[in-house]
Amino acid sequence: MEILMSILIGFLFMAAVYLILSRSLLRIIIGTGLLSHGTHLLLLTMGGLGGKAAPVLSDGVTDYADPLPQALILTAIVISFGVTAFSLVLAYRTYNELGTDNMDLMKGTEDND
Amino acid sequence: MKTNDLIMQTTTKVVFFIIFLFSIHIFFAGHYTPGGGFVGGLLMSSAIVLLLLAFDLKTVKEMLPINYTVVTAVGLLISLATAAGSIFFNVPFFTHVYDYFYLPLLGETSIHTAMFFDTGVYLVVVGVTMTIIQMIGGDE
Amino acid sequence: MSFIFAIFLPIIATLLIPFLFKKVSSIHTGWFVLLVPVVLVIFYGTYIPSIMNGSTYLDELPWIPSLDISFISYLDGLSLLFSLLITGIGALVVLYSIFYLDKKKEKLGNFYVYLLMFMSAMLGVVQSDHLISLYFFWELTSISSFLLIGYWYTRDRSRFGALKSMMITVFGGLMMLGGFLILGIIGETFSIRELIGQASALSGHDLFVWALVLVLLGAFTKSAQFPFYIWLPDAMEAPTPVSAYLHSATMVKAGLYLVARFTPIFALSEVWIWLVTGVGILTLFWGSFFAVKQTDLKAILAFSTVSQLGLIMSLLGIGSIAYHVTGDLVTTFTFATFAAIFHLMNHATFKGSLFMIAGIIDHETGTRDIRKLGGLLSLMPVSFTIALIGSLSMAGVPPFNGFLSKEMFLEAVLNLQHFDLYAMDSWWILFPIVAWIASVFTFVYSLYFVFYTFRGKHKPEQLPKAAHEAPIGMLVSPGILATLVVIIFFIPNFFGNAFIKPAVAAIQPLAYQVPTDVGFTIKAWHGFDSPALYMTLGVFLVGYLFYKTIPKWSAVYNTIPSKVSLNGMYDGLMRLGDSGANRFSSIYMTGSIRNYLVYMFAAIIVLLGGTMWIKDAFAIRFDNLAPIRFFEILISIILIVGTITILVTKSRLTAIIALGAVGFTVALFYIIFKAPDLALTQLVIETVSVALFLGAFYHLPKLNKHEKGKEDRGFRLTNFLIALGVGVMVTLIAISSHSQKLKLSISQYYKDTVYSEAGGGNIVNVILVDYRGFDTLFEISVLTIASLGIIGMITLRLVKKKGDRKIENK
Repeated sequence: MEILMSILIGFLFMAAVYLILSRSLLRIIIGTGLLSHGTHLLLLTMGGLGGKAAPVLSDGVTDYADPLPQALILTAIVISFGVTAFSLVLAYRTYNELGTDNMDLMKGTEDND
Repeated sequence: MKTNDLIMQTTTKVVFFIIFLFSIHIFFAGHYTPGGGFVGGLLMSSAIVLLLLAFDLKTVKEMLPINYTVVTAVGLLISLATAAGSIFFNVPFFTHVYDYFYLPLLGETSIHTAMFFDTGVYLVVVGVTMTIIQMIGGDE
Repeated sequence: MSFIFAIFLPIIATLLIPFLFKKVSSIHTGWFVLLVPVVLVIFYGTYIPSIMNGSTYLDELPWIPSLDISFISYLDGLSLLFSLLITGIGALVVLYSIFYLDKKKEKLGNFYVYLLMFMSAMLGVVQSDHLISLYFFWELTSISSFLLIGYWYTRDRSRFGALKSMMITVFGGLMMLGGFLILGIIGETFSIRELIGQASALSGHDLFVWALVLVLLGAFTKSAQFPFYIWLPDAMEAPTPVSAYLHSATMVKAGLYLVARFTPIFALSEVWIWLVTGVGILTLFWGSFFAVKQTDLKAILAFSTVSQLGLIMSLLGIGSIAYHVTGDLVTTFTFATFAAIFHLMNHATFKGSLFMIAGIIDHETGTRDIRKLGGLLSLMPVSFTIALIGSLSMAGVPPFNGFLSKEMFLEAVLNLQHFDLYAMDSWWILFPIVAWIASVFTFVYSLYFVFYTFRGKHKPEQLPKAAHEAPIGMLVSPGILATLVVIIFFIPNFFGNAFIKPAVAAIQPLAYQVPTDVGFTIKAWHGFDSPALYMTLGVFLVGYLFYKTIPKWSAVYNTIPSKVSLNGMYDGLMRLGDSGANRFSSIYMTGSIRNYLVYMFAAIIVLLGGTMWIKDAFAIRFDNLAPIRFFEILISIILIVGTITILVTKSRLTAIIALGAVGFTVALFYIIFKAPDLALTQLVIETVSVALFLGAFYHLPKLNKHEKGKEDRGFRLTNFLIALGVGVMVTLIAISSHSQKLKLSISQYYKDTVYSEAGGGNIVNVILVDYRGFDTLFEISVLTIASLGIIGMITLRLVKKKGDRKIENK
């Protein structure tokens, strides 16, 4: 399963990077969203997927899933929500001000750096 | 926009409280079972989002006249104060303590300073999420 | 009062200044500030007797204990003399500034904060025993000097001068830091005292000469030695109290202090003697020669300061020869050190008073241009008297203190004939000759300064203001200094015993145990057989001739092309730096975010891939894998389909919903892999996110790909290749990291202690709020900042209004 997950994560990253490199503002934001999903799954996979029980103490269980990646991911999920929201607003405000969502046209020029 | 979603609105009134109570439960349960400040706060926000979907921004603002920026600030302050509180007892920043108490009605209960910290997290998450959504939704 | 506290007292006092300046504006802030140096000068003054008897004082405050860096204050004769100079001249300068700077027009708050900051920094420099804290204070003096030169920051010249001084002195400071680090590494200590103790062992090390040269670069840039002196004339844009204080009496002497302080360490090297003496004597000549060319009063003084600093530098160089000789010669050469410290003190008195007079002239006539001035004698008699005393002392005329130290200088230079090592026996004659020529020019510019200003024809029509005598308060400080100039001449040995001998004993610890061992006395009359006497008389005679004929020979200066000057080189270097950096960064800083992302992704592929290849880190193991179950495959397929949908769709609604679908699938994965907290969070957050996207839907642009079919095939192909590379890379990393566990997971600790230590059951939540509470604290701070940013973006709008942009509240 870990190998399948690794390939899946690679696919997510690939799609995310492709979207981020495109010229459209909205696709870039969606790309960052996908990228964070990929990262979260990557963290989880790196810790190992074989845990028998959720990392919540209960009697008679010793084989817990690794709690540390989970804690990191939890933080990351909430942060990426903040980032997505921020970039979303940044994007549509930019779009409103400049009237374009084409990154190539938005490129800073000499006189408005 | 005037739409007729009476069913939605009626259901929402009930469901809102259910989610609200569930979020409180999840929050308190967080120390021993899945849950905690983040999830609790997010659930609470999703309940309010549901309200926003059923009614409109203005109505919800009248129903819940809360300044979410203040909620964020208060939450952050609580968390920071919990963390900083320990330095007054001559132990490193962020040292938590807990103990078990007998409370009437609830019986044996543990009180943990981490819970206050988590309360701060809860409030920040609600505050931030709602600030963002209100801002975006209210932007003309 | 502890010594460390005394160092920081001025900087602590700055906390009160904004309040005093804003709230008690009826009283000039300077009056309050004056208390600080007065208190300190009394404090240091009480240590004069015990230091005279050879005591030293040590005080320590840990700064970065883990790196063994602390503020160590070491008070001996040398640091005490400097501390008294800093606080004493400081008090006079503050007093002078009260009358110089108008309390209504000037930003006194800034001025005094910078000045006090400088005072602390300078006390720190001269008292630090730890090299790192010495460096810290050293750079702080550069910064406060920068701020003070740029005090009138609306003037172009001020900003230029401030930047120039900063560039040059900070360059030197960094070089010096390099020298310090070498010293610290080869000596295994950063304490100057301990380094002195092992000086002979250090001198054998290969890097010793490097350390020496680097430290000297620091000293030479700070003390405006050739060829770094060019910042000092431009620093004259500072208010005159600052010029008098920083750029003649104290900061520029930090370099001399450094040379004096490191003499016991470096003097064993031949390079040291040649560099210090040679550069000193060259600077002496260069400064005095070009001083006569200047037309700005302060510029004359600046060049004269450069020249005098060179004089002291060369004396310190000659003094360090004492480490190479034995017997009576030790005393012969230590005499140079004695002369150096004596002249350092004298220079502070006469140059300080001259600067203040230049400031008074500027203040009362509105110009410092010597061509417009003249005939002020009858209008400003008191100023003239003070200026005359200062100038004649500078020229080396009795009965003023400059005469004493000047003669000692000539004598010390002549003593070089007794030194026969390092080819000095064939070259020594150059030194007295150059010194003599420089003394002639010193004589010329001293007379030029005072007589061209006060004698000659008064030209009231050229002056912006009607000239008149300065207010009495302004004359107090230069008056005190001028009085000192005379007093020192008559009782030189009182000052010699109190200040000079302890300092000399500190510079030559091998020769003298206690200051009272230093057996020199200062005499005005050495008898007719003294060659220095005839040299001095020669200086007076030739100097007077040259002075009288200035108009005839000053054309000499015009023959020197301005393009090859040092200033031209500095400007060229700065321009080159600017344009070079600009050109270089514009190669890769294209302003297009896509390019930056390409760099980053390419770096991921190349660096990570390269490392993996070189280190042969890829590994794959098929044991210890979790089993693949049917529904897992199903979820994977949903995930892939969702992702592909996002890639190909042309509708933004579809894209958003597909993104939501991917998110929910990820939540399902969390459930499968036993992460209930994550699943809960992911489910809720995905819901809220979709609501967010839909909420912003109204504002969002259409999902336009901005690609023009066939023309953009290359664009798409590059993107695809980079994306593929990153994807493959991540897959490889994920597989390898799972397949080889190099270190044990720390999770076991959490699992073991979660109940006993933290009193919780849900390990993930306990990690978040307890074990790694810092992460969470910062995370919620980041969230708060993000929400504030969003509020800002939405409520504050840039409104275009005919050219200028203005922020308007919505």
